[in-house]
Amino acid sequence: MSQALTQDDVKRIARLARIEIDDAQAQATQAQLNAIFDLIATMQAVNTDGIAPMAHAQEVYQRLRDDDVTETDRHAAFQSVAPAVENGLYLVPKVIE
Amino acid sequence: MKWETVIGLEVHTQLATRSKIFSGSSTAFGAAPNTQASAVDIALPGVLPVLNKGAVECAIKFGLAIGATLNRVNVFDRKNYFYPDLPKGYQISQLAKPIVEGGALTILVDGEEITVNLTRAHMEEDAGKSLHEDFHGMTGIDLNRAGTPLLEIVSEPEMRSSAEAVAYARALHTLVTWIGICDGNMQEGSFRVDANVSVRPVGQAEFGTRREIKNLNSFKFLQQAIDYEVRWQIETLEDGGRIEQATVLFDPDTGETRMMRSKEDAHDYRYFPDPDLLPVKLDEEWVEAVRAALPELPAAMQARFQRDYGVSPYDAGVLTGSRALADYFETVAKTCGQGKLAANWVMGELSATLNKAELDIAQSPVPAARLGALITRIQDGTLSGKLAKQVFEGLWEGAGEVDAIIEARGLKQLSDSGELETIIDEVLAANPKSVEEFRSGKEKAFNALVGQVMKASRGKANPAQVNELLKRKLG
Amino acid sequence: MSDTSLSALAAQLAAKQISSRELAQQYLDRIAALNPSINAFITVDAHKTLAEAADADALIAAGKAGPLTGVPIAHKDIFCTHGWLTTCGSKMLHNFVAPYDAHVIQRFKAAGMPSLGKTNMDEFAMGSSNETSYFGAVRNPWNTGYVPGGSSGGAAACVAARMAPAATGTDTGGSIRQPAALCGITGLKPTYGLVSRFGMIAFASSLDQAGPMAPSAKDCALLLNVMTGFDPNDSTSLERQKEDYTRDLDKPLTGLRVGLPREFFAEGLNNEVAAAVEAAVAELKRLGATTVEISLANSGLAIPVYYVLAPAEASSNLSRFDGVRYGYRAPEYATLDDMYCKTRAQGFGAEVRRRIMIGAYVLSHGYYDAYYLQAQKIRRLIADDFSEAFEACDIILGPTAPGTAFRLGEKSDDPVEMYLNDLYTIPANLAGLPGMSLPCGFDSSGLPIGLQLVGNYFSEAKMLNVAHQFQRATDWHARAPEGLR
Ligand SMILES: [Mg+2]
Ligand SMILES: [Zn+2]
Repeated sequence: MSQALTQDDVKRIARLARIEIDDAQAQATQAQLNAIFDLIATMQAVNTDGIAPMAHAQEVYQRLRDDDVTETDRHAAFQSVAPAVENGLYLVPKVIE
Repeated sequence: MKWETVIGLEVHTQLATRSKIFSGSSTAFGAAPNTQASAVDIALPGVLPVLNKGAVECAIKFGLAIGATLNRVNVFDRKNYFYPDLPKGYQISQLAKPIVEGGALTILVDGEEITVNLTRAHMEEDAGKSLHEDFHGMTGIDLNRAGTPLLEIVSEPEMRSSAEAVAYARALHTLVTWIGICDGNMQEGSFRVDANVSVRPVGQAEFGTRREIKNLNSFKFLQQAIDYEVRWQIETLEDGGRIEQATVLFDPDTGETRMMRSKEDAHDYRYFPDPDLLPVKLDEEWVEAVRAALPELPAAMQARFQRDYGVSPYDAGVLTGSRALADYFETVAKTCGQGKLAANWVMGELSATLNKAELDIAQSPVPAARLGALITRIQDGTLSGKLAKQVFEGLWEGAGEVDAIIEARGLKQLSDSGELETIIDEVLAANPKSVEEFRSGKEKAFNALVGQVMKASRGKANPAQVNELLKRKLG
Repeated sequence: MSDTSLSALAAQLAAKQISSRELAQQYLDRIAALNPSINAFITVDAHKTLAEAADADALIAAGKAGPLTGVPIAHKDIFCTHGWLTTCGSKMLHNFVAPYDAHVIQRFKAAGMPSLGKTNMDEFAMGSSNETSYFGAVRNPWNTGYVPGGSSGGAAACVAARMAPAATGTDTGGSIRQPAALCGITGLKPTYGLVSRFGMIAFASSLDQAGPMAPSAKDCALLLNVMTGFDPNDSTSLERQKEDYTRDLDKPLTGLRVGLPREFFAEGLNNEVAAAVEAAVAELKRLGATTVEISLANSGLAIPVYYVLAPAEASSNLSRFDGVRYGYRAPEYATLDDMYCKTRAQGFGAEVRRRIMIGAYVLSHGYYDAYYLQAQKIRRLIADDFSEAFEACDIILGPTAPGTAFRLGEKSDDPVEMYLNDLYTIPANLAGLPGMSLPCGFDSSGLPIGLQLVGNYFSEAKMLNVAHQFQRATDWHARAPEGLR
């Protein structure tokens, strides 16, 4: 599992994360990520059979909220910090389906 | 080669809560853009989700209604992908431990009962809407719908025709509205169907490659889309082609499906348990309270209607098409004590008139008790079928109670044999030719005489009585 | 200003020896004088601060003051603060004026504590040196050629330089404790769930926890009284009875069982740090404590586990920064996708991009079980080690960081080297346990050394008791860097 990441791996995950990366950056990143994954690799030899994964720092259950409407319209305040809005809508480059 | 179609459906139902699944924003439809999008819904930095108890309760109701397993501990996961109507860059959904697993729905197709098993149903949040009208070549994003609670209901791939798929989708639609967890409004997107469709040679055990038709928002489109897709897949295979796994869209204008994305550019959603939300625990007490509050379900009511009112399985199915219809029918049947007649009137005259007026049973201007009273007057001989229709018209127009309409419009059936005899005598006297023909063996002449009597009585004569008296007088 | 402890300041305010406005102005003046060389603040807004101080003065005049009303505090720029620029140290949020208050901010406002400004930090709290901030590195007040630690480096530096009497911080893998150690102040990361995360910009949700940073344990106890408490807006906020964290400060340490994890005194620990920590242990023994050697056998795996889990959560948490609804959007792009990719490439710094990519990778198809799931399982082993240890001891003690502050630029090109700085702090985050750092000496270059305490769940009062007793017997915490005036 801990075979080194290839350039293609780096580009694939940059793509997944929507981060533009050029070849030179991909190369530098590849070296850094591989050093980090070498560090991580020590974890993989550990026998964890039968160990329940720990997703939270506490063993409690989700609290439930009553089904009440508590929010008011604040779109003007929220949209005052938006990069592009018109008629109450956030604008993005044309989405092609 | 003979082909078999395999269909599984994924249905997204919007849950009928007042507030969103993870925020206190209203879920009301049709508000001005982004006026119902709170800090949580637009994913401002630092905000956190808090789960709506009402949404969980809807899911519990559904699980109980289909006889599923309710996972007493279930978990929310994040489904990661980028899309402008998905503000967090992930959708909170349930993957590994959904709230509902298993369960089944029984449907009636061509008089045959079929059981469709369900795989699972999970809670998740809806996305916002992208408006593609022209904003200088830009797309507008409205996040009012973002965070609306959904229950995604996934069936096993057990349907074998578009008819079965439609019957299943209709039964599911009936059920979710019946138990009050969804308003069922398909135009507003409250009930959206995705169909996974594949074909395989009859007798082959493994499934063919499936294509998923996304976002069908009417039963008609569901049927058309599947029919087109099945034809297309069979043709492709018979022409020596291959089916690639893909997501497709149905275009109602052309009646065709077209590819949206192939498997190659399928997302890698990087699901993992949402660290902001803890496992959800369903207390036994809560589940039992929800169970106790569930209404009688369509399947149980169908059985009872057959048993108590003597209606056919088909009629029972139609009458339980919605809770409002079933309740209406039952009130009619109880008022008149005539189950079959009640069924005929509800499914016949009433439904036809409602359809013509484009009204829903809940909007019927004729209250169920009045229709019941009308049927009572048929049964006791006061009204003939024909007169009853005239009384029904009065009811529809809101002319008041049944007896008052009969009285005011003089629609009472002529049952007084003295009066009737007088009319018959007059008719016999005026139609010697028909009398002659009848006596010489022409049965048809008898019917003509009955018609004359009915006409002379302006339809008010009781046909059975006319028959009897005529026979006696001519015999 | 002579005694700037929170209780002393509060007493002066209560006695009307000074007004909150005057006090705030004194700190604002000091910030104006020192911040250019330290860079501890991203945003200072004297008008807002003084207005809040005036409100506090009104409360005091009306006899409605709480224990800390009128005492100013600096907030890490990770907390959304209504009407204030809230950047999280990132270009991505260089223009984000928060439209709401974080729960922590609400609490300090309700306590009548004016904000002195927003402190610098590693970008999105990812870093251990404060060099990843878009707003420039923070400098260590003890020697401005050195880093203050991170990610709450601005908070630690402003307290160390006495530009603020106290500050808030957050700690995902040591981000309160390590800078506290490197800057010679006291900082506490509470039990996970005690302080609401609502409005605190998320790095790794299952690890993030906010806490107080101040010169002394007693100050931290007073601040913790303000910060903690149930918040219905955070599903992981715990519904617990409110505690008074000052209640046990004066208890003697007689009979206290101090656990010394073998693994925290092993290879990699700087000799001067080891010596200072050992001297602190001796001091605690003099105060009545006994020691016991314990083992946290899996703690060596904490860094690998952390560098799977934290980036995984972060990669998802930071997906919302897409240039659509707020924050930075690339000036030029062709398509929607191009807008996303350019915005995120330009808006995030190198370390953040790196961690997002690590996170995306460990969660991606085919790698999840080997990385993410495996890390979660070892996380449990690490937590179990602590439960076992707490059967033998009341508190765990060791160094906060393997060394003292390092030179600016010294480790910034080597992520792995940088990550190793959090070797001793990360285990408590993974387990959700409270941890704190307090000063216990100086190295030969005059840089502070931090002593770490890790307590069992909800044992903050005991930890503060131990720290306070230590600070009554020593004066490491009372020392401030010279020559800053
Ligand atoms: Mg689906
Ligand atoms: Zn879905």
